[in-house]
Amino acid sequence: MGFSINNQQSTINNPKWEPKIVAFLCNWCSYGAADLAGISRLQYPPNIRVIRVPCTGRMSPKFILSAFMNGADGVWVSGCHPGDCHYLEGNYYARRKLSLFKGLMEHMGIESDRLHFSWISSAEGTKFAEMANKVTKAVRDAGPANYFAKKISILKTKVA
Amino acid sequence: MSERGAKIREISERLLKEGKIDMVIGFRKGTLPMMNEPCLVKSPEDVKNLVWDSNCGINLAKYLIGRKEKIGVVAKGCDSRNIVTHLIENKIKRDQLFIIGVPCEGMIDRRKIASMFEKEIKEVAEEKNKIIVRGSGFEKILEKSEVLQKNCAICIHRNPVIYDELAADIVKEQKNVDRYKDVRQIESMPPEEKRDYFNDLLSPCIRCYACRNACPLCYCPTCFVDESRPQWVGKGIDLTDIKTFHFLRAYHCAGRCTDCGACERACPLGIDVRAFTMKLEKDCFELYGWEAGMSKDERPPLDTYRPDDPNDFFK
Ligand code: SF4
Ligand code: SF4
Ligand code: FES
Repeated sequence: MGFSINNQQSTINNPKWEPKIVAFLCNWCSYGAADLAGISRLQYPPNIRVIRVPCTGRMSPKFILSAFMNGADGVWVSGCHPGDCHYLEGNYYARRKLSLFKGLMEHMGIESDRLHFSWISSAEGTKFAEMANKVTKAVRDAGPANYFAKKISILKTKVA
Repeated sequence: MSERGAKIREISERLLKEGKIDMVIGFRKGTLPMMNEPCLVKSPEDVKNLVWDSNCGINLAKYLIGRKEKIGVVAKGCDSRNIVTHLIENKIKRDQLFIIGVPCEGMIDRRKIASMFEKEIKEVAEEKNKIIVRGSGFEKILEKSEVLQKNCAICIHRNPVIYDELAADIVKEQKNVDRYKDVRQIESMPPEEKRDYFNDLLSPCIRCYACRNACPLCYCPTCFVDESRPQWVGKGIDLTDIKTFHFLRAYHCAGRCTDCGACERACPLGIDVRAFTMKLEKDCFELYGWEAGMSKDERPPLDTYRPDDPNDFFK
């Protein structure tokens, strides 16, 4: 895998544990909102690792599964408001895809607090910071998601 | 049952003789009891091999993908819905097909039956609603309704939704069926219990891909399990990889699966892989009012949208 966030395997007993959250942000809106939040000096937790996507319509379930497999504790996908997609309808398709995705994930036992979706336009820096806080809190409360991370045996022995 | 077989043979022979089709895809008797096999019949002389009984659970739509010939295909309710899905997905053209529709009375669960007997079953016959099981030194008569495949027990579309000729009269559809009882039972569990449930369910999986190969919806030239740059899912039997495989396999079938049960039937370990697809079927139905393969003029749920789709998951 090109990227890995597996390097610091976290455990419940580790008091210094910080949640790792992968945020897939649409280039045309939520990514801009993150910029705006930064420029406006709004505080939001550093637990969010941003991956820019061209549109939420580009989201594949593989991306999210891959994030969890590589040790993410939570995933957040954010795009343009319905009706405002740069490609007109990408987010409408995404809404269906992600709704079914979340249903199946929860069915298999992932806590609903680990998966977040939102619509944030590039003018909504405040909403972005608020949402980042909310997502981080929810994932922190859910604790480490080590049950979905792929544990390679060498890694396991190192951690133990 | 055998009446259906006779009618299938009659239609097939006629079509082949008239040269209307190049081949018939149907079932012939398997070498083991309760295991009929798909077969391609190209000449009228071979039509005699075609049979029909309660062991025709394999989904024949699988064998139509990308074919160029004119084909007579034997189709029960679920096969016909997968044919509709193929038409929508341009896997075959309608004018290439002569669909021999078979109103279906359900297929029997060979694993369930085998587990009821200690000795080897040598022969399974059927008469009306009874299944007669014979082995050396024993014979037992079972109620067919008690040994149906799990998907057939809750099937509400036994009659073909699309056909050119029927091999029997339309059968009565099952009414007041609770299709999602099993799904709701899992849904009601807390997350840890769900995880344990699926870990237990999948721990015997050997990643043989029989479930995928039996599925009429699985025809990607390169399956995601074989993609290597990036590799989305590892090849071994690490439980995370197994879960990811099953998650994605089911997800690829979202809004397309007709619950024909081919996957579960094919699994050499008897794993209840419908536990995944049924959840998606339920969600597609509840969120988008969708049932797969019912009409070729409607777009499947992931290929369309409504501006006022449910927005509950989004903030
Ligand atoms: S799912 Fe329905 S149509 Fe298909 S084999 Fe079972 S009873 Fe027949
Ligand atoms: S058929 Fe059964 S053992 Fe084979 S990959 Fe599917 S679930 Fe696993
Ligand atoms: S461009 Fe932002 S969601 Fe489509």
